Amino acid sequence: MPLAAAYPPGTNASLDRRTVLKLAGCGSASWLSLVARLLAEPSQSSGPLGSRAPAGSLIVLWMAGGPSQLETFDPHPGQRISGDTRAIATAVKGIQLADGLPRVAEQMESIAIVRSLVSKEGDHERGTYLVKTGYRPDPTAVHPSIGAICCHELPVGGTEIPRHISILPNQWPARGGFLGDQYDAFKAGDPAERIADVTPRVSDPRMRQRLADLEVVEQRFARGRPAARSTQHQDQVREARRMMTSQQLQAFDVSRESAAVRAAYGDTPFGRGCLAARRLVAVGVRCVEVTLSGWDSHANNHEVHGRLKGILDPAMSALVTDLKQHGLWHDTIVLCAGEFGRTPTINRLAGRDHWTHGFSMALAGGRIRGGQAIGRTDPEGGRQVGEPKQVADVHATLLAALGLDPAKELTSPAGRPLKLAEGQPIRQLLT
Amino acid sequence: MWAKNLFFLAVCISALLAFKASVFPAAETNSQSAPRRHDNSIRAVVERVDGAFAKTWDDEKLQPASAAADLTIARRISLALAGTIPSLEEIRRFESWPQAERLERWMAERLADPRTADYMAERLARALVGVDDGPFLLFRRRRFVSWMADGWTAGEPYDRIVRHLIADSGLWTDSPATNFITVAIDSGDDKKLDADRLAARVSRAFLGVRIDCAQCHDHPFESWKQRDFQGLAAFFGGTRPGLRGIRDATADYRIENVRTGEMETIASDVPFAKELLSDDGPQRRRLAEWVTHRENGHFARATVNRAWALLFGRPLVEPIDNLSAAGPVPPALDILADDFVERGYNLQRLFAVMAATRVFRLDSKLALSDEAGTATHEATWAVFPLTRLRPEQVVGALQQSASLATIDHQSHIVVRLAREIGQREFINRYGDAGADEFEARGGTIPQRLLMMNGQIVDNKTKDSLLANAATQIAALAPDDDTAVETAMLAVLTRPCDAEEKEYFTERLARTNRGERARRLGDLYWTLVNSSEFSWNH
Repeated sequence: MPLAAAYPPGTNASLDRRTVLKLAGCGSASWLSLVARLLAEPSQSSGPLGSRAPAGSLIVLWMAGGPSQLETFDPHPGQRISGDTRAIATAVKGIQLADGLPRVAEQMESIAIVRSLVSKEGDHERGTYLVKTGYRPDPTAVHPSIGAICCHELPVGGTEIPRHISILPNQWPARGGFLGDQYDAFKAGDPAERIADVTPRVSDPRMRQRLADLEVVEQRFARGRPAARSTQHQDQVREARRMMTSQQLQAFDVSRESAAVRAAYGDTPFGRGCLAARRLVAVGVRCVEVTLSGWDSHANNHEVHGRLKGILDPAMSALVTDLKQHGLWHDTIVLCAGEFGRTPTINRLAGRDHWTHGFSMALAGGRIRGGQAIGRTDPEGGRQVGEPKQVADVHATLLAALGLDPAKELTSPAGRPLKLAEGQPIRQLLT
Repeated sequence: MWAKNLFFLAVCISALLAFKASVFPAAETNSQSAPRRHDNSIRAVVERVDGAFAKTWDDEKLQPASAAADLTIARRISLALAGTIPSLEEIRRFESWPQAERLERWMAERLADPRTADYMAERLARALVGVDDGPFLLFRRRRFVSWMADGWTAGEPYDRIVRHLIADSGLWTDSPATNFITVAIDSGDDKKLDADRLAARVSRAFLGVRIDCAQCHDHPFESWKQRDFQGLAAFFGGTRPGLRGIRDATADYRIENVRTGEMETIASDVPFAKELLSDDGPQRRRLAEWVTHRENGHFARATVNRAWALLFGRPLVEPIDNLSAAGPVPPALDILADDFVERGYNLQRLFAVMAATRVFRLDSKLALSDEAGTATHEATWAVFPLTRLRPEQVVGALQQSASLATIDHQSHIVVRLAREIGQREFINRYGDAGADEFEARGGTIPQRLLMMNGQIVDNKTKDSLLANAATQIAALAPDDDTAVETAMLAVLTRPCDAEEKEYFTERLARTNRGERARRLGDLYWTLVNSSEFSWNH
């Protein structure tokens, strides 16, 4: 398994670091203050920050808990199953969204909706696995999440920080599966806070001394143990150091954006996560997953959804406009999805339960043809679905949109060939 | 009042002095004479295993690695059984025992250690119920793990434990074994039991075969047929979760034929050794008796292979749950499996036997001239395998290395609490390997970042006389040599070699008290960031 994985190799590290050091004039600065100063520097739209590789990126807005299709992308106004949820018109004639998503509705020309997803996984953990990997849980292989596949298949470019990132992850962040732990998403919290564990806790000279001391112990251990060298421990220490000193870490720091931009995304952890996702994509990160949790509305469905839509609406719509403004729209794909939908019937606690027979996802950006809604659910709440689509079909579509062949096979550790996605791209969704 | 304070001070000082004496022994330690706990009955089987490996090495014309140092072996045992490294206190005690019996005594102590019961239960549970949270309320993972731990402590025969798992009925709270069943309840709309998942579990965890690969179609290159899998699932076809817990209805097992879309009835059946299956009795009871039948060699082999993996960090035959596809297996597997059956499926004995073998006690290091042939050495166990420690082992080792005294069930509740809370956060960030814990993996960069800059490592290495061994060593060790030596023992469970001693002693030389404590902290940081610390070797 190559080390590079979700992390870039150290090809142009020395050059960049020199630039960084010069920029910060670090001669007298301690390591701590150096990083702090770098993080505090004003944003530069060009320069050493961005060196974006040609191929694309994916941003997954992960709606953890399973949002109700009826209260989001697939309203049935006036029907019994709507539970009095109203619908609003969108920028595209003939497509309505549920009340509470007015700004997303304005962007409808750029967004496509699939309303006819069906699955057999009605459990949170298993459903999450299915939607993140495109495969049902199966004891013979742990499948990689789509972000891990992107990192595995797409070139590294000049990216020095993790290329697969999960912001605000719940207990099941995207994993590398059989591709290896090095493809796991790097976990980050609210971008308002500092990224954990990238700042040394001692001064630079002391850090260097510690690393020199480490070399003594490492050399002794490697003697007679060729396997110890292949564990790449020391390489990882170096890669970790490279990341710690990379100026691209600034991409996490949304405070460098103007107040107007920050306000557009919404003053919420999720809004800041979406803004950080745009900044990360700009420095060549392949996949950013941003989680908005809490959709599991077994009770008080409408209240829960009302509150969460208030967070999703500004963040998602601002992300669309912002990606366009930064010239990132054509090679960034956005997916908004949760692990399943919710029942058409409303239970005694005014909640909706898990539902896998017709739920929605939204796709946008890159080669995705916006302004359309695919598939139909039953206005009466039945299980029959018009133009049913599998989760694997969405995966195949996303991969195709990123210029990858979904039918390409990887070999699982058990020696079984597995396609990148086992579904068929939904042609209608692609330009 | 002042008398009380004075008394408190006196108690503190005497405790400190006693402690100092125990971890910084003044001279040659006196060898206490404790009863030998070495069990002679294991000698014969250990010799057979040793003979089998020796023959393989002869056939391959290999020179195996030399014997590892006793302390290295003690470290392996502690990591595998108790999930942590030996404390300095334990190391001093170990060193005081006569050399000929040290390792046997160490093993006996660890087998009886309450930490071991908890840790083995958790490790075994991974194979039995996975690491998922499972269905809410219907699955009580902690209850299950503590039941497994009780079984370990009581020396419950493993075949009996497995019969409980497969066949018990009742509530998951009163009959903890039934959590083996309830974990497979679909938490979707209808709370149905997923018989396929249970059949897959039985096949992999107890038989060491992957019949579930034939779930959707006949297996492409092994002999398993789809019917084999469905027949196994049918044993669970009548099992239902109800108000009074898991029970069995007499209903037929009916499933949809994937090709025709029609429903069909499947009769329960086993994939091989059909003559061992009894004709009557409840379905799950029949299956349980067949799985654990003395003549069903698959069960003992699968169990031995898993136990081997828990002790060595790597299964004897890979992959761990696919023995049938592996072709000829090392003779040691059958020698150990036969002994396991003859001795009444006693897990503790199985571990004691494995830990006494020569192959467990080999070095992980080869003579430089043999480096070229490492792959063959590794394939034939002629060198001890290097494996990445699991996150809880790393954090357990980290916590233990920062405390000179042993952190165990006797520790103060505050120490244990801090340890548990710290561990959960750390494991979350370090990344758990999940249920396939024996796949070869390298480390990751977030792990390095966590060890280099993380909160726990900082807390455990910074200057704090109350909390940290590094500071205590700086304050208590009589000279720099002893300080370096002690840190090395506490973190890496080995003495310093001359080169290291010279290098690190020089780093401490001519420093004042504060600087010395900081440098000892630096030494601790260096050692916990080494490959040697985060790998089993």
